[in-house]
Amino acid sequence: MPKLTINNVPVDVPEGETILHAARQAGVRIPTMCHVEGLHPIGACRVCIVEVEGARNLVSSCAMPAAEGMKVRTNSRRVREARKTVVELLLSEHNGECQTCDRSEDCELQALAAELGIREISYAGEKTKRRIDASTPALLRDNGKCIKCRRCVSVCGETQMVGALFPQNRGFETVIGPAFNRDLDDVACVQCGQCAAVCPVGAITERDQIDEVYKALDNPNLHVIVQTAPAIRAALGECFGHPPGTLVTGKMVAALRRLGFAAVFDTNFAADLTILEEGTELLTRLKQALVEKKDVALPMFTSCSPGWIKFMEYFHPDMLPNLSTCKSPQQMFGAVAKTYYANKLGKKPEQIVVVSVMPCTAKKFECSRPEMSDSGARDVDIVLTTRELGKMIHAAGIQFDCLPDEKMDAPLGLSTGAADIFANTGGVMVAALRSAYEIVTGRPLPGDNLHVRPIEGLKGVKEASLKVEKVKPEWKFLEGATLNVAVANGLANARQVIEQIKSGAKQYHFVEVMTCPGGCIGGGGQPRYTDNSVRQARIDAIYREDEGKELRKSHENPAVAKLYEEFLGQPLGEKSHHLLHTDYMPREKV
Amino acid sequence: MSAELCKCTGCAEATEEELLNQLDDVLEEYVGTPGALIPVLQIAQTLFGYLPEPALKKIALALGKPFSEVAGVVSFYSFFSTVPRGKHLVRVCLGTACYVRGGKEVLSALKQALNVEVGETTSDRLFSLDIGRCFGACGLAPVIMIDDDVHQRVKPTQLGKILDGYRTEEEAAQKAKAAEENDYGFRY
Ligand code: SF4
Ligand code: SF4
Ligand code: SF4
Ligand code: FES
Repeated sequence: MPKLTINNVPVDVPEGETILHAARQAGVRIPTMCHVEGLHPIGACRVCIVEVEGARNLVSSCAMPAAEGMKVRTNSRRVREARKTVVELLLSEHNGECQTCDRSEDCELQALAAELGIREISYAGEKTKRRIDASTPALLRDNGKCIKCRRCVSVCGETQMVGALFPQNRGFETVIGPAFNRDLDDVACVQCGQCAAVCPVGAITERDQIDEVYKALDNPNLHVIVQTAPAIRAALGECFGHPPGTLVTGKMVAALRRLGFAAVFDTNFAADLTILEEGTELLTRLKQALVEKKDVALPMFTSCSPGWIKFMEYFHPDMLPNLSTCKSPQQMFGAVAKTYYANKLGKKPEQIVVVSVMPCTAKKFECSRPEMSDSGARDVDIVLTTRELGKMIHAAGIQFDCLPDEKMDAPLGLSTGAADIFANTGGVMVAALRSAYEIVTGRPLPGDNLHVRPIEGLKGVKEASLKVEKVKPEWKFLEGATLNVAVANGLANARQVIEQIKSGAKQYHFVEVMTCPGGCIGGGGQPRYTDNSVRQARIDAIYREDEGKELRKSHENPAVAKLYEEFLGQPLGEKSHHLLHTDYMPREKV
Repeated sequence: MSAELCKCTGCAEATEEELLNQLDDVLEEYVGTPGALIPVLQIAQTLFGYLPEPALKKIALALGKPFSEVAGVVSFYSFFSTVPRGKHLVRVCLGTACYVRGGKEVLSALKQALNVEVGETTSDRLFSLDIGRCFGACGLAPVIMIDDDVHQRVKPTQLGKILDGYRTEEEAAQKAKAAEENDYGFRY
């Protein structure tokens, strides 16, 4: 435990901790730019420099371990001046226009300039060349605004192990982006938007589709409906100054009504539907393997997360048969809305516009996949991120905090607590276990209030085993079986699980993967900035929402039961197969 | 002429496919070696004369590196090139003296004469065009360098003649080679 002083305040920190962490412990803020919590420090920006007594040069506090007896000064004249120079140089190259920038409200560069009291830029440098990359459906890149902090490189390479971004060229010509300055669409990128989530400035963000939504709403011939993903309700409040983890479900519904949507529905409805389809699929695969001795692909992987799907298509095409064939809840919703619901209204699929509000940029990509049109039209038309919805509400002059709490519309707005927890890492698995266990044994999932604690929370890879006993006669083949499950969040963790499965080190029956750290609550489209404390707060909020519901198991959703009765028939039936299931395509990773 | 020399002048040129196979052998040696990327890129560049994209992709896959990183390293070091180099490297000085005394006009005339942009190679692979920052001959500006030859006080109108000099040289070399072939009747 090295003891040191930060601005004369003594602190003890664990061995190996950086000066930056020691300062935090001493209650001293050191500004940072390239640093991303939990990832290897790269020391690229030098915004976090401090003075260490006896050291000739200023040191980067995010990378330098605290050592016994160090005397650190974070606010000496030398530090202040050097830090100001570093930021002024960033500003002098920065090719931005704050007034019209997507990030004008939460730009970290602006905030840093303000924090340091920079009132003029003493360097008349050349501006970074502006180059817009709008090649993908999900993301917009503007190189002119990039300050080369490389957070995106760290996240894409380390958290996701996709490696789509890397510094290209050198010196002033350096560009942070795909190989040889190509467009993102030309390289293996899973569209997760984690790069956009960490970018401090307006250099990577989602493709803004707000205008498209207004265009649809303004067209009197269209019936425009909206679905909101489970993770939105635990994060949208942050766009209106509420602390992370504030649940705003009722106000969100009220705001959507006031924006003019004909019906406010819930992706949760489709999440419950997903559980019935995916649970049945899992039990069918197990039966085929155990009873019919067929060669079926196990473990089965969840398929709700489009970034994860694209990741498998690029990096593990040999394991595509292991992916559940279930479409994601967003896409199931679209397919059901444009058939079942359209029939009820007497409308054709093309007269309905389905808008989704998602925590995820990859959902913009997913809905544009050509196969996602089983209703006869494109199943989901437009995807907004949580951030875009926040902006829309602001711009419409809706006073969010003054709104009453309203309820979702029937029938596609009804859901159970099992659907809420789809937002959290581990949630899809727990929701599936709640239903599968009860269907097989006739008894509720044992344990702590329908939770499975070992697979909840922020750990990258989690495991659980569940012994199945005293089963109903029709599930006799499962008597005494132990179901092994795993949960991974973040694609680097998923890769690790896959490698262990491939090497035979681990044997699972069912594996949940969510692309983003923490699950959808940490999605690339959520309000910035998302760190682990924010993730945990949203996770807790989602569990509160679940626990507050009367119905907490997907198979108890009466609206879903009615959908099967009136329209679909049964899980994995012919109609389900056509509307709710899909297949995948291998892609070249280089 | 020995077989060895013959290889170097590029007569029995290996196809890209053959070279890629040779690259596979190289990669086999380096798989799992830390820090292998730069040495492998250097070998590949010697093998192909430049770094074609299929080779870079192979390298990325074999070393388990993202393609973006391989591209990043290649574009970081100026000694790596992703375009085939011409037989003669034409460099136009754009240092201050040359720039103000017509270097810019010389460059655009060269682009036109060769029908390439800076960094590109002519379709006959005879010339590559590049720019330089001062060759230390400011008194003689504007200056261009072709391989190791300095051409001073060049005017755009003289460029045709200068380039033709290298073309004729090439033709003569080709003829000599043909004559040699006739002498021996075949080549190794
Ligand atoms: S990124 Fe920040 S500093 Fe740059 S234009 Fe946008 S708001 Fe302004
Ligand atoms: S969207 Fe995801 S995969 Fe694509 S560049 Fe960004 S972080 Fe990497
Ligand atoms: S795109 Fe954003 S995160 Fe990436 S280097 Fe540029 S400023 Fe940093
Ligand atoms: S935050 Fe420490 S060097 Fe960038």
